[in-house]
Amino acid sequence: MDISAALHLALPELFLAISALVLLLVGAMTPRSDAVLVWMLSGLALAISAGLAAIGPLGTAFSGGFVADQASVFAKVAIYLMSAVALFLGSGWLGRLNARQFEYPILVLLAALGMGVMVSSGDLISLYVGVELQSLALYILAAFRRDDAKASEAGLKYFVLGALSSGLLLYGASLIYGFAGSVKFADIAAAVHAGAGNGVLFGLVFLICGLAFKVAAAPFHMWTPDVYEGAPTPVVAFFAAAPKFAAMVLFARALADAFPGAATQWREVLIVVAVISMLLGAFAGLVQRNLKRLWAYSSIANVGYALVGLSAGTHEGVQAMLVFMVLYMIDVTGFFACLMALSRDGKPMETMDDMAGLMRERPGMALAMTAFSVSALGFPPFSGFWAKLYVFRAIIDAGYSWVAVVGLVSSVVAAFYYLRLIKVMWFDPPAGKVDAAPADAKGVAYAAALFSFPVVLIALIGLDPLARVAASAFGLG
Amino acid sequence: MTGILSLITFSPLIGVAAILLLKSFAKPDQQEASYRAARWIALVTTLATLALSVLLVAQFDPRQAGFQFVENQAWFSGIRYRMGVDGLSVLFVLLTAFLMPLCIAASWTSIKERVLEYMIAFLVLEVLMIGVFCALDLIVFYLFFEGQLVPMFLIIGVWGGQNRVYAAYKFFLYTLLGSVLMLVAILAMAGIAHTTSIPALLAYHFDPKVQLLLWLAFFASFAVKMPMWPVHTWLPDAHVEAPTAGSVILAGILLKMGGYGFLRFSVPMFPDASHYFTPLIFTLSVIAIIYTSLVAFRQTDVKKLIAYSSIAHMGFVTMAIFSGTVQGEQGAIFQMLSHGVISGALFLCVGVVYDRMHTREIAFYGGLTARMPWYAAVFMLFTLGNVGLPGTSGFVGEILSLVGVYRVSTWTAIFAASGVILSATYALTLYRRMMFDPLTNPKLAAIADLDWREVVIFSPLILGTLALGLQPGLVFNLTAASAEKLVAAYHVIGG
Repeated sequence: MDISAALHLALPELFLAISALVLLLVGAMTPRSDAVLVWMLSGLALAISAGLAAIGPLGTAFSGGFVADQASVFAKVAIYLMSAVALFLGSGWLGRLNARQFEYPILVLLAALGMGVMVSSGDLISLYVGVELQSLALYILAAFRRDDAKASEAGLKYFVLGALSSGLLLYGASLIYGFAGSVKFADIAAAVHAGAGNGVLFGLVFLICGLAFKVAAAPFHMWTPDVYEGAPTPVVAFFAAAPKFAAMVLFARALADAFPGAATQWREVLIVVAVISMLLGAFAGLVQRNLKRLWAYSSIANVGYALVGLSAGTHEGVQAMLVFMVLYMIDVTGFFACLMALSRDGKPMETMDDMAGLMRERPGMALAMTAFSVSALGFPPFSGFWAKLYVFRAIIDAGYSWVAVVGLVSSVVAAFYYLRLIKVMWFDPPAGKVDAAPADAKGVAYAAALFSFPVVLIALIGLDPLARVAASAFGLG
Repeated sequence: MTGILSLITFSPLIGVAAILLLKSFAKPDQQEASYRAARWIALVTTLATLALSVLLVAQFDPRQAGFQFVENQAWFSGIRYRMGVDGLSVLFVLLTAFLMPLCIAASWTSIKERVLEYMIAFLVLEVLMIGVFCALDLIVFYLFFEGQLVPMFLIIGVWGGQNRVYAAYKFFLYTLLGSVLMLVAILAMAGIAHTTSIPALLAYHFDPKVQLLLWLAFFASFAVKMPMWPVHTWLPDAHVEAPTAGSVILAGILLKMGGYGFLRFSVPMFPDASHYFTPLIFTLSVIAIIYTSLVAFRQTDVKKLIAYSSIAHMGFVTMAIFSGTVQGEQGAIFQMLSHGVISGALFLCVGVVYDRMHTREIAFYGGLTARMPWYAAVFMLFTLGNVGLPGTSGFVGEILSLVGVYRVSTWTAIFAASGVILSATYALTLYRRMMFDPLTNPKLAAIADLDWREVVIFSPLILGTLALGLQPGLVFNLTAASAEKLVAAYHVIGG
């Protein structure tokens, strides 16, 4: 394969990388007050990259290190668009604080680039490079408000634990390389098939641990609640959505493309991780009063559900995971958009008690938050229900009905805290006047709420076949 | 006539849209006017739905045992939007549409706060309830079945009584736990039979061992909904705390979904398991009938008493459904319809005095005949209907259920029949204490009799009770073919 074809395959990522570098220069040259230009151009770059990814050619480049297939196209379009939405939310939020620095969109671009590399990775090297590029950008974003002690703490915590997980990932990768003799997924798959032995499996477990850190699955979730609570809300809205999705796709890619022969082994590990995540997310959420923390636990549980789909080890399972994550991304972005839209006397409303009587003060916002809660609870006909329906159908068809039972019972436990939020908003007397909501956050919140119901009923008709095609690109038996 | 089911199901949404428009255009200072408009919109919408349902029943061909007015549209991922009714379900559609306008009318003056949201919640609830009875696909059924929890949770929690939050949570979590197990079973059935179409699944024969598990999962959901002893404890709380119209809907429709589920799924789809578990059902039903009747006897709160009596009456229904006889199935359906009318009416009766006095303590009342003769007469009719007096609809359902069960298990029928006597004891005692004892409470001195709005609400219910009691053939004509088919299939497969 000649170099021009290879570059053509990687065009969306190249475009992103060049945009990020050029915009960095533009930002450095222009006065601080004109930073909004960089924000707009960054959003544009993300949209263009999504378009390029959607129409680009399919194939493999850079001697197997970079894969462009239906799965990566599906993931990239979703990731770039979600990143653009997060950028839009961040722009409004930082603009109101008069802190719209130009570094923020550049970091989002670099993180998105990392995610694009992750979902396109065809060997362990690009896997690691993608993960690191994404994570490093996110560490800085988490601590973006460096004069805020909580944000700095969140950034540091995220960084230290993230570095640890990267270490695990690397160690696993080196073991796999040592025992399989190659870093390429296709060669590893062949080596596993030929009986590469326990060393590879040992490496696989480390790899799974490292990736579980990145998706915040229990028992590797410890960083999540603190980081969610401390980081600026638009940053949380960003890294609760797209990076999770990218890491899940990478998870599927590493397991399905490199270890289809060890499916029985990784399936069991994944089921354990998924079950622990679902239960922990449900029970630990019960005692949370801060909504950002609460949604951190909710995200742990939801990652558990997504892993249930993956652990089915079938194309239907991967499809279920993809559908689940897309629907979840929209829900979670919408929820954080609500939190960004709500403030009282200029202070953001972040605890359960702040939401008291919201139905009387801001019925639209309260309805949107009710929709997200009900959806996260997996209640029909909201999008969360369809997401769960997909993953449980996949796992039951794979013969693990008990996992579905555990998942659904833990969702009943989780129902308690989602209901508490609804109860506080609907039943309790108002806790005071709420400030006028900014149009940008409100718009995103309403759009996401409308998506979670009723738009989802129509959107699924289109999403279902797209996710099926994407899932068929994975190398499962 | 295809499309009429979707039209009936979703017609209340027009009212929802109208109220939403009203909400966005009404000025803050015109709150009273917008409340009045919302009430009228809801009433007109529900009446229109009722008219469509009457049309549906008129067009229904009683000689056919299969599904009619079938709609079948591809949706996504193998899920199809399927609707249809047969003799088992068509009358429940009518019952729902019949009770809804009465509920709206009953809330006319008693709901003074957040009227717009209240009416929206009720209209959405109507969509979901009618949808349950029309759905011909398991996923679509689950969608409607489960979806009701949220509006009902809000109705209890926002407009309920003192202890509403506790009751709302209890209602939600009990029912949710039951129905998630059903969801697992639904997905398992889809995996085994490769379809979620109800007609196809009715023809599919599951492995008897698998049937046991599936049956139990469905049982978990329907037993909570019904509710059967010992998972009935959410019902008295929910009833007591819910606003009057919420209680009417709970008793009139939501409970019937448990029975409908047994009839639609458990018995015909898992006949072997149903045979196997019949003794369990009979035992639980008899315990429910006798135990809850005794508990009802000791209640000091009118609504709680009627709630317990509902559980006892539902015991007759579960028992009859699993008798596997034509009389039993017909009796069960009849009993559910009749109880829907009578218990709804009884809760409305309680609502009448509650609106005036704001207490449901039985001891507070006494001697109401002197002040409210018309009310006393209406209450008398429904009390006797609840007891099962010949001539009222309650009698027909109970006697048929007992006959059906008697043919299968004599002892069950004998024990269950004692429930008829017990129900007379508590119901008549209640009537005596509220109506006949001397009027000693000075607060009751000025209590007013029924006003014209309440007369309008009660007249259709009185007519319904008497019409069903004197002319039960109206119902049996419609249900006969489907009930016979159900029983025939049950015996062929189940042996």
